[in-house]
Amino acid sequence: MQSRAIRRGLVAAAAFSATAVVLAGCSSSGSTDGGSTGDEEITLTVATFNDFGYTDELLQQYMDENPNITVVHNRAAESGDARANFFQKLGKGGLADVEAVEIDWFAEAMQYSDLLAEAPADVKGRWLDWKEAAATDGDGRLVGFGTDIGPQGVCYRSDLFEEAGLASDREGVAALFDGDWSNFLDVADQYREATGKPMIDSANSVLQGIVNQIEYTYTEPDGTVIATTNPEIADAYNLVVERAVPNAAYSGQWSDDWFASMANGEFAAMLCPGWMLGVISGSAPDVTGWDIADVFPNGGGNWGGSYLTVPADGENVDAALALASWLTAPEQQMQAFANAGTFPSQLEALESDELAGATNEYFNDAPTGEILSSRAAAVTVAPYKDADYFKYHDALQNAVNRVFDGLEDQETSWNTWVNEVQAF
Amino acid sequence: MTATETRSPASPKTPPPPKDRPVRVLSFSQRLNKWDLKFSPYLYISPFFILFAIVGLFPIAFTAVISFQDWDLVRNEGEFIGFEQYIWILNNPQFWTALRNTFSIFLLSSVPQLIAAIFIAALLDRNIRAKTFWRMSVLIPFVMAPVAVALIFSNMFGDNHGLVNNVLDNWFGITIPWHKDPFWSHVAIATMVNFRWTGYNTLILLAAMQAIPRDYYEAATVDGAGAFRQFFSITVPSLKATLIFVIITSTIGGLQIFDEPRMYDNTGAGGPAQQWLTITLFLYNIGWREWNFGRAAALAWILFLIILVIGLINLMVTRTLVRDEGRRSPKPLKKGRAS
Repeated sequence: MQSRAIRRGLVAAAAFSATAVVLAGCSSSGSTDGGSTGDEEITLTVATFNDFGYTDELLQQYMDENPNITVVHNRAAESGDARANFFQKLGKGGLADVEAVEIDWFAEAMQYSDLLAEAPADVKGRWLDWKEAAATDGDGRLVGFGTDIGPQGVCYRSDLFEEAGLASDREGVAALFDGDWSNFLDVADQYREATGKPMIDSANSVLQGIVNQIEYTYTEPDGTVIATTNPEIADAYNLVVERAVPNAAYSGQWSDDWFASMANGEFAAMLCPGWMLGVISGSAPDVTGWDIADVFPNGGGNWGGSYLTVPADGENVDAALALASWLTAPEQQMQAFANAGTFPSQLEALESDELAGATNEYFNDAPTGEILSSRAAAVTVAPYKDADYFKYHDALQNAVNRVFDGLEDQETSWNTWVNEVQAF
Repeated sequence: MTATETRSPASPKTPPPPKDRPVRVLSFSQRLNKWDLKFSPYLYISPFFILFAIVGLFPIAFTAVISFQDWDLVRNEGEFIGFEQYIWILNNPQFWTALRNTFSIFLLSSVPQLIAAIFIAALLDRNIRAKTFWRMSVLIPFVMAPVAVALIFSNMFGDNHGLVNNVLDNWFGITIPWHKDPFWSHVAIATMVNFRWTGYNTLILLAAMQAIPRDYYEAATVDGAGAFRQFFSITVPSLKATLIFVIITSTIGGLQIFDEPRMYDNTGAGGPAQQWLTITLFLYNIGWREWNFGRAAALAWILFLIILVIGLINLMVTRTLVRDEGRRSPKPLKKGRAS
């Protein structure tokens, strides 16, 4: 679900992104040396999905700097395809020299971190702590090069908020939602009383928001399954079912109906990771009044993002590592952000003036660079997501869906979920 | 198969035979001839069997092996755990839901589809202008990619913004929960299947109708039978054998339905309460979403057995029906007088 979200997000983001800024020269950071192979003619393949913002021009720049290297870029339509391909070929050969991995299934890939090449020492410390920690395995090997992250703010329709008698300027809305989830849902209740309509687009995005703030959700690092006994999960489920379901237009996101409602301007507020801005502006070009507030219920939250990995059994591992280092260097990530709106995870890029100055016309010229940077800084928890995370989370989302659709009541649906977890 | 013998043809394996009998030494070319006669027929049919062994038999056998193991796809290894995974599948309520859904969608698609196909074929069988044009046009839906069909229909069956519900809402003031209620989701999916396969079955039945001797109809007309009476008394009975064929093929196809339910919503997992989870979709989810190939292999074998059993039932039914199918002419006169 999330992968689809990111796909659509990135695709849409590409449509509205600013024109690419051509950076003069090459910076001193990252390994500018074209790998350890010297002058040998080699071809490197890069496999990504959706839109990472790696345009032909960007790759050409690398080829110009390293004349002996040819870079071939293969793009899969969606992360699901990339996931299937990755696990089918991992350890058997046949993968690209540089493979993109999505955060949803990154933990699954980390199970096989011994089959991935270790990143060169000079890139360590390039990323946000939690982004880098997630890509470091038990033996302390860093095997993933972070690309982008999804810090979340709250997107809202200033016109609808005004009609409902709520604050409608950015600071006012930030103050309105400044608090915990229950406060966020109180506002949603107020909105519903004032207008008779749900404020939020989907109940499961609230669940997503809460769960992404919990460190240990369904399993613990030692492998204990705590999914059904974790009080935080039970509280999250109950809160979502009791309070978010009545305030949400849909149970989950990304259905045809959901997109149609988006285009019709039926949603008043949404939880908004960076890539969601592109989804909104892309699917609702005719709707006016969207804006984004520098706030998120219960602190900060991250939703989505990707990594580049280098399979250890490739033919040109060293050259591939150099290319992955270069692609995820702050300068190149800023170009990718300009190309496709993928919000950088590199500290240096986060501090750059270019990012700080980025605004978004569709969102009432909001200083999106500044807001999302502030949201990224507010992220305190890096949820522990192991290989089974996706499975459990998917099942819990279905439990919410069942209640939303009126198929089962709160308790029955929870029990169904418990049974499903036991079946795993 | 090689015909290259390194041994020189004259060197005998056994000690030379007694002198009193003429030794019959086979020249190399004679031997080749002999081999040619013996083995070449097998050589000629071997490509199919070799190919089948590689792409058919091996995967089937290997699936069976994996189904008894806890399999890791990446490391390509597994540990033997016996029938545990079969037990897990049979104890999983989702499996039984999937089985129910599969049969429900199968019935909802096959029955109306065949009835419609017979009637359309009967209409095409009449004297109309531009026969070929009409006949080809019923096949157009079949040429469309199933995923494209599924995408378009899924959109039409949207709960809030779908074309179907909008029309129903405007005309009758009702909306149908296409993506919530199991029965209605089956109806929607069956509609996609019907859209695709009705034309195909129509053409098969039409071919069978063409084979019915026209004299029957002439005789019936002379006897004063109307079009309907002719249809039910001549056309339908004559189609029995073809109908059985069509039923068997659509059964096998129906039990493997995958594309339509997979594309029915954006997650492709069969619905939050497994409303439209079919067996093959369940298989896909276990294999490609949970990476549990051991369980998926076990389920594949269970599906194989289900299809086998239903195929056998079909075969028995077919045999009995086709036997009285053969008696189209009046019973032959008994030889000799009745005592």
